[in-house]
Amino acid sequence: MRTTNRLVRNVAALCAAGFVVGLSFGAIAAAAHIPLSQVIGMSTLIYAGGAQFLAVGLTSAGAGTVAIVLAGLLLNARHLPFGLAIGDVLSTGPLAQRLLGTHVMTDESVAFALAEQDPQARRRAYWITGLCLFATWNVAVIVGAVAGSALGDPDTFGVDAAFPAGLLALVMPSLRRRPAGRVALAGATLALVTTPLLPAGLPVLVALLGLLAAFGVPAGPAAREVAT
Amino acid sequence: MSWVGIVVLAAGTYGLRLAGPLLRKRLRLSGTLERYLELAAIALLAALIATAALVAGRGFAGWARPAGVLVGAVLAWRKLPFVVVVIAAATVAATLRLAGVA
Repeated sequence: MRTTNRLVRNVAALCAAGFVVGLSFGAIAAAAHIPLSQVIGMSTLIYAGGAQFLAVGLTSAGAGTVAIVLAGLLLNARHLPFGLAIGDVLSTGPLAQRLLGTHVMTDESVAFALAEQDPQARRRAYWITGLCLFATWNVAVIVGAVAGSALGDPDTFGVDAAFPAGLLALVMPSLRRRPAGRVALAGATLALVTTPLLPAGLPVLVALLGLLAAFGVPAGPAAREVAT
Repeated sequence: MSWVGIVVLAAGTYGLRLAGPLLRKRLRLSGTLERYLELAAIALLAALIATAALVAGRGFAGWARPAGVLVGAVLAWRKLPFVVVVIAAATVAATLRLAGVA
């Protein structure tokens, strides 16, 4: 029960930040003259913040549909390895439930799941994060699209710093274990170095080469620390 | 942005999300492979964290954001609660911007 309270509190903080980002997406999409029906369609059907911002940016820049779709898919390709890593959280329950659970896979729901070790705790973390973020994101996008630029710049509130810091807090317990810290450092470095050279999405995939840093390193101690 | 584009991108994204769990069911996962799959996710998250902290578009994000993330990182390292980490990172970035730091 205590761990559930902690989880709910953590997810609530994340969703509050997500709400502000959702507001800004709605406002930016409306400013780019994208009809409200399409703004809602993107947020419910695509449901991937990075790809949505990219699509709106490319639309404003006059890019064609094919270019937008390819850029979005490249940015979302990371979901495949994410699904491979946390697929066990979607391995139980009725088919409809598993198909819905697949849709709410985001960087955040994956990170919350990975922060837990016990399969049941993992499943709970994934679902609570996934559903809460899906709900807040979609409500926020509509509010943002209607209220428009009256809301101001979300960076004023520092939410752009809150997201990487939150993800880092979630992976921190894993980073303390033997090969994971090296792999993360190698992956982050590879992504940063290649960012000026490659289209959005690819640098993060290049980070997978950071796995090479794990070869020859024995597994760390089994004891896991639980994120607080 | 056309509706066709939205639907195709949505379907493709869903396919990418679905492929992992489906492939996982097909594969017989050894303990070692499972460990590497989890390390792969850690590498991806680390890359997302680093680029989100430092990069805006293709350039440097300015000092306020990485400063906020750095404070959050120190607090996370010291094992402070998640909520504290998130709020501290946002507060530092917001305060620096208020003070005129880009």
